[in-house]
Amino acid sequence: MAHTTTQAPEQYNYEIVRKFAIMTAVWGVIGMLVGVYIATELAYPAFNLDIPYITFGRLRPVHTTLVIFGFGGSALFATSYYVVQRTCQTRLYSDTLANFTFWGWQLAMVTSAVSYMLGYTQSHEYAEMEWPIDILIAVVWVVYFWIYLQTLRRRSQPHIYVANWFYMAFILATGILHIFNNMQVPISLFSMKSYSLHAGVQDAMTQWWYGHNAVGFFLTAAFLGMMYYFVPKQAGRPVYSYRLSIIHFWALIFLYMWVGAHHLHWTALPDWTSSLAATFSILLLLPSWGGMINGIMTLSGAWEKLRTDPIMLFLITSLSFYGMSTFEGPLMSLKSVNALSHYTDWTIGHVHSGALGWVAMVTIGSFYHLIPRIWDTKMYSTRLVYTHFFLASIGIVLYITSMWVAGIGQGLILRAFDDYGNLAYTFVESVAFLHKPYIVRATGGLFFVSGMILMAYNFYMTVRQARREKAEIEAKLAAKLARA
Amino acid sequence: MKHERIETNAGLLIVLTLIVISIGGLVEIVPLSFIKGTVEEVKTAKGYDAIRPYTPLELRGRDIYQREGCYLCHSQMIRPFRDEMLRYGHYSLAAESQYDHPFQWGSKRTGPDLARVGGKYSNAWHVQHLTAPRSVVPESIMPNYPWLEKTTLKYEDIGERMRALREVGVPYSETKAEYDANVKRFGPKVAKLLDINHASDNLIAQAEAGNYDGDRSRITEMDALVAYLQVLGTMVDFSKYDEGYFAKFR
Repeated sequence: MAHTTTQAPEQYNYEIVRKFAIMTAVWGVIGMLVGVYIATELAYPAFNLDIPYITFGRLRPVHTTLVIFGFGGSALFATSYYVVQRTCQTRLYSDTLANFTFWGWQLAMVTSAVSYMLGYTQSHEYAEMEWPIDILIAVVWVVYFWIYLQTLRRRSQPHIYVANWFYMAFILATGILHIFNNMQVPISLFSMKSYSLHAGVQDAMTQWWYGHNAVGFFLTAAFLGMMYYFVPKQAGRPVYSYRLSIIHFWALIFLYMWVGAHHLHWTALPDWTSSLAATFSILLLLPSWGGMINGIMTLSGAWEKLRTDPIMLFLITSLSFYGMSTFEGPLMSLKSVNALSHYTDWTIGHVHSGALGWVAMVTIGSFYHLIPRIWDTKMYSTRLVYTHFFLASIGIVLYITSMWVAGIGQGLILRAFDDYGNLAYTFVESVAFLHKPYIVRATGGLFFVSGMILMAYNFYMTVRQARREKAEIEAKLAAKLARA
Repeated sequence: MKHERIETNAGLLIVLTLIVISIGGLVEIVPLSFIKGTVEEVKTAKGYDAIRPYTPLELRGRDIYQREGCYLCHSQMIRPFRDEMLRYGHYSLAAESQYDHPFQWGSKRTGPDLARVGGKYSNAWHVQHLTAPRSVVPESIMPNYPWLEKTTLKYEDIGERMRALREVGVPYSETKAEYDANVKRFGPKVAKLLDINHASDNLIAQAEAGNYDGDRSRITEMDALVAYLQVLGTMVDFSKYDEGYFAKFR
């Protein structure tokens, strides 16, 4: 065995984690670039270029899908596969099936984006994929569930760690939501076009039950799973309260499913449904803050690390934004506030304080922890991590504040009356008002995506460095063997 | 029961999670299909249903509306507020979107609500506005849609589209019995428009009679989209109802 260095199979399947990690960075950069582009289209409509495929209406679902499911989804696959192996101390079940989830998911992302640009959409927000892609996603999801369950069953620990409860709840809920919100009848087996099973009120309720729980489970519960692993790891401290994690887990997954109808206040949806949703939205503040408090208190006592560890900056910022946006959400679900905020950019701002501030920041923090570990090296540049943090923070602040101005401003303009009781403004005056906030928003987005590009570069250099180190070690080993 | 039992048993964890996450959706969604009055009954003077499914041309227009993602900037749901009533008209009824598969209520108003845009502007205005919005509204940030006027409308599959909608409950008729039921429900004039067997003829006839894009030589996507926009919110004659009549359904 002169030149063949025998490699024992890795204890854990890190290869699948690496693949999803790479695609997280790729979809993050692409999805957010599309976001900046459509933000620019809103500030300067000439950017639509009279090309059907890139008008705002067709690119917007490309942005949301690639960011939520491409970036967020790949990040969740990567971290859940990593966390379940580490916390169960067992190798991931079936490499083949894991690879299937990888290629299936990537295929779904590419086909979704292309089909939206070609004009195929179900027009259910965040569920725009047409029926063949829905079926692909459903299959991938069932396999994902199976892998997760089988890995849990093979654990060498009696206890299932708290992060896995959240990941499991996310997998189950997302499966249910996806299937029930995508019931539709294709016009023929050879056409992408379909019509949804429900209409009007029932369709609206089902869609927002889905829509808000895409936020609740995909973008919250699952990322709490991520938080429950990476925050204690990076802080080097145990989770602050085990009891709190139990209470807020069950409360969170129970309450979230009730709140979707707060997207339909004052509509033709019956009052009883939207009042119920508003009530549960207020209650939801408690488990949300339960999670935030548990995270922040875990970091507490390791505050000195904020000076030396940029990853801690990302994690603490993400928890702060989680707390902020889960306070803002119940506020906006009050009918009186919603009367002003609904249909305006305040909602867009709120979503992004959650999506950029919480989801992206906790992902980025976790990935700066994860990447060097799965490639068995050090991060290429810590300075770039700091730069990324500041670019991202400035970007978020510009984004959210401009959307507050735009949303509250437009809300007030549209409901203003003059001294004679007539409407004070025409609709288009509110559109003209949006111009400046839209420029600031696009600038904020540009800051954020610049940080993402830095991160991608940093990952790339780290992986290259890891390969070089590995080659050096192998060369040394080979030389030694040759001498012997 | 100690929590330890749950967190040491994956099956139990999964079953309990499934139960806990199912309750909210079941309580809020299922009753909407059974509680009477969730969707109002709205009748014409002759006792026919006031809200009818879309004609073949309007249906194709709606498909294009969906394809271009119009719902991302325009709502079709007027709320019961004074400013919205003055700006757009009577608040939207659940009945008005009962044949909308999928619903187009929207979630954002970058542009104005369109639930009652029908009849507010001329066809010529719509054509000009869709082709070059800033030529009629200088501050508008809507994209230009010049291809609508240039693209010939495809309607070979109009029957398939209507049949799919019939599958999900829209009363388009295929058999004689269904046609007769529609005559009773919507009146003879409307029933003819809902007949799948004459879908193409009806589409052509409406496009020619309406001449929505101002060019009679061919039927374009513009014809379909403008026909759709012009029917939005026009089916209920609110002058026939006492003020507050619809409030009891909410």
